[in-house]
Amino acid sequence: MKNLTKSNHGQPMSYSGDSINQNDDHYLSVDNVSIGFDEREILSNISFQLQRGDIGCLLGPSGCGKTTLLRSIAGFESVDDGMIQLNAKALSHQGYILPAEQRNIGMVFQDYALFSHLNVIDNIAFGLHRFSKTQALTRANDLIARIGLVGKEHKMPHELSGGEQQRVALARALAPEPQLLLLDEPFSNLDVELRETLSRDVRDIIKQSNTTALMVTHDQHEAFAMADSIGVIQSGRLAQWGSAYTIYHEPVNAFVADFVGQGVFLEGQMRSASEVNTTLGCFEREIASAEQDSLVTGDKVKVLIRPDDIIHDDDSELTARVITRDFRGAEFLYTLALANGEELLVMVPSHHNHAINEQIGIRLEIDHVVVFK
Amino acid sequence: MLNLWELRDRFRKISVWQVFLVVMALPTLLALLGVLSALLDPDVETLSHLAQYVLPQTIKNTIFLVIGVAVVTTALGVSLAWLTAVCDFPLRRFFVWALILPMAIPGYVMAFALVGLFEYTGPVQSALRDVLGSSSAFPEIYSFGGVVLALSLALYPYTYLMVRNAFQTQGLRSLEVGQSLGLSIRESFWRICLPTARPWIVGGALLVMMETLSDFGTVAIFNYDTLTSAIYKSWFGLYSLPAALQVASVLLIFVVVITLLERHSRASQRFSQTRSATLMVSRIRLKVVSRWSATAFCLLVFSLAFVMPVIRLLYWAIPNLDVELTAQFWRYMVGSTSLSMIAMAMIAGLALLMAFAARTYNQPFAKIAVRISTMGYALPGTVLAVGLFVPVAAMDNMLSALGFSTPLLQGTMVVMLLAYSVRFMAVAFAPLESNLLRITPSIDAASRSLGVSGIRMLAKVHLPMVRGGLLTAMVLVFVDVMKELPITLMTRPFGFNTLAVRIFELTSEGLWERAALPALAIVLVGLLPAFILIRKSDAR
Repeated sequence: MKNLTKSNHGQPMSYSGDSINQNDDHYLSVDNVSIGFDEREILSNISFQLQRGDIGCLLGPSGCGKTTLLRSIAGFESVDDGMIQLNAKALSHQGYILPAEQRNIGMVFQDYALFSHLNVIDNIAFGLHRFSKTQALTRANDLIARIGLVGKEHKMPHELSGGEQQRVALARALAPEPQLLLLDEPFSNLDVELRETLSRDVRDIIKQSNTTALMVTHDQHEAFAMADSIGVIQSGRLAQWGSAYTIYHEPVNAFVADFVGQGVFLEGQMRSASEVNTTLGCFEREIASAEQDSLVTGDKVKVLIRPDDIIHDDDSELTARVITRDFRGAEFLYTLALANGEELLVMVPSHHNHAINEQIGIRLEIDHVVVFK
Repeated sequence: MLNLWELRDRFRKISVWQVFLVVMALPTLLALLGVLSALLDPDVETLSHLAQYVLPQTIKNTIFLVIGVAVVTTALGVSLAWLTAVCDFPLRRFFVWALILPMAIPGYVMAFALVGLFEYTGPVQSALRDVLGSSSAFPEIYSFGGVVLALSLALYPYTYLMVRNAFQTQGLRSLEVGQSLGLSIRESFWRICLPTARPWIVGGALLVMMETLSDFGTVAIFNYDTLTSAIYKSWFGLYSLPAALQVASVLLIFVVVITLLERHSRASQRFSQTRSATLMVSRIRLKVVSRWSATAFCLLVFSLAFVMPVIRLLYWAIPNLDVELTAQFWRYMVGSTSLSMIAMAMIAGLALLMAFAARTYNQPFAKIAVRISTMGYALPGTVLAVGLFVPVAAMDNMLSALGFSTPLLQGTMVVMLLAYSVRFMAVAFAPLESNLLRITPSIDAASRSLGVSGIRMLAKVHLPMVRGGLLTAMVLVFVDVMKELPITLMTRPFGFNTLAVRIFELTSEGLWERAALPALAIVLVGLLPAFILIRKSDAR
């Protein structure tokens, strides 16, 4: 096993012919993984799969255990239960851990962790010790071109801006053509404006190099911008794994609905297994998940209403009172109160300037009716 | 029943680094066990002799000396630190760093230079007699006061540096707070500045007490019998190792008490750690008289502790230069330098490996191992020399039982280097550890994720990043070994001499003018760490 990893290490992976096989759907497989420190459980029964070439994202509030999960995939933490596999090879299971240095998994750290005594090109070439000197130099120069730092090869890390340091860290991790790239809160040290452009750049660079990647963040916008699939982690458990669209529109529980995107919950009562009554009328729900299937007529439920489910319409007979207004440039985010005191959020183009306490007309346009017990 | 498979699994998980950490802690433990072995097998006859004739006087002397030196160094250190950190007076900027220089003069050099200056036939009393016709009112230098003066002048820079740092980070700021609350400067000093600086004042005093307990050369010149000289005399005068060990175990009790107090005071320093003052606040402007008295006071201390001793040494050395600069002098010089270089390479190298191992295995076990290995800085050289002799002799006995011709280890460089490494490991470890702490754990993780780990990671990543700390560690160990007296004296191979030993031999025969040249060589080398400290101490 050791020899196999060593021969893989730093060498270009073969993607041709029969190596594309049934493994590709679960190229990275995290199966029932639990991790604890000092008898305190950090992660319990985490399972998900990542396709080859995809970018996955673990999203969750700070302290939910997402970084621990990333570090266990990197090989810095051992697992107490379950199994982590990459390309059908076991990396960690109970009582076994393949050392991080033998995994050929690249990592971009939150603080970048650039080697302060090495210049840009030497930082990038650091992991290329199994290449010849000229090969390593060619590869490093190639990556410098790809991250757009030509001319800064011999600068020291402290002479670079935050965004440039970040890209050097990315290039350094990509240089040995890792089997998997991990990114730990890669944009958290950058300005908000820089985050958006850089996350697009980073996604392009990763996709171009055909690398499978998994990143960790607490920022849903980063997750939406980067990821093909997103896992929402709620205090040590994987609440949901799916595409950005699914997570936003079809959250499996109230935590996911609340953490991802904005919205409010209205009180409701099931009229039948598929219909729900609220103050705003009766809705029919089409989605069915395990939790929702158990609902029966008469159950008290909460109905998720996203700002984009409500449309401001001056002609509508249904009105609500403005309680707060939040100017966002192109639009206003109004918090509205219904007659019975329940609140709604609505996004309105900013030329509709309404004062607090004004009654404004609204119309419902709900595509996905999401109901929780 | 013992599960053998489980046991084998456990041993498999033990890495080379863990074994290394244990090995590093062994010499200190062996030395301590060596000293304590005397208590297990008490020799009643020597013990009663010691209890009757030696211990009462030496213990009393030791306690008086430690307290005396602590009081004088604290008074000097605190007042000088206050003046240079907070007040403004002529030549202040010069004194800020100049007052650190006496650190370069080891106690035993300070001692014979001061004796040379202040004894009856010395220049000071002669001048007095020329002017006044008599110098009988001049205090006798061969006295308790003389020892205290010599040690205090050599050791006050420790307190000065620590307390000055405390005053500098919060002194001026707390003065302003005091003023804003309606306190005068005098009231602020006593009610705010002094209490907040107390952990550092106490820390400095305890450090000085530790050095005083270890001192051997200074008290020997004054013929002032303390526990350290009693250890030496028991071994080399009475030829009784058990007696030496008994005395050493008494000295060990003092050391343990001071060490525990010092550890406690360091904890309270952390507790009251303040951010460094980046804001320049205006200093106190003294009135004309006090301004010039401040300059005069600093000048007095600086000349007594540095200028006059150095001039005294030069006056002795220069006329005899052609007589003294012989092949023999160069032999001592080469002996000292090469020994210091070997010790420097060995101790700094081991300290680097240990700091790296402790970083890699950040577990309670590693912390304990490091704490034991760096404990030796508190152990007086005399205690170490006799303490290590016991296990070394035992090992030689074992080897001779195996058929080797003995003694294999006794009287070799091995014993001496072992004792040095116990004594100076902390000196080398501290700067390396503080440099390593500045490297974030994600650097290690980054290196590992790129396939570089273990000793290759140390060489490619950590070593280039801790070059500054390694250099400091090497300089400090080099100079400390160069100045070291008791360990060298008691464990050196037959016929091996260093500058320090040469000074000891010459001064014990009263040949001060001949000891001056090797002493000057040591002072010159000792200036190196003083300059490192000056650079570090932010001499504003």
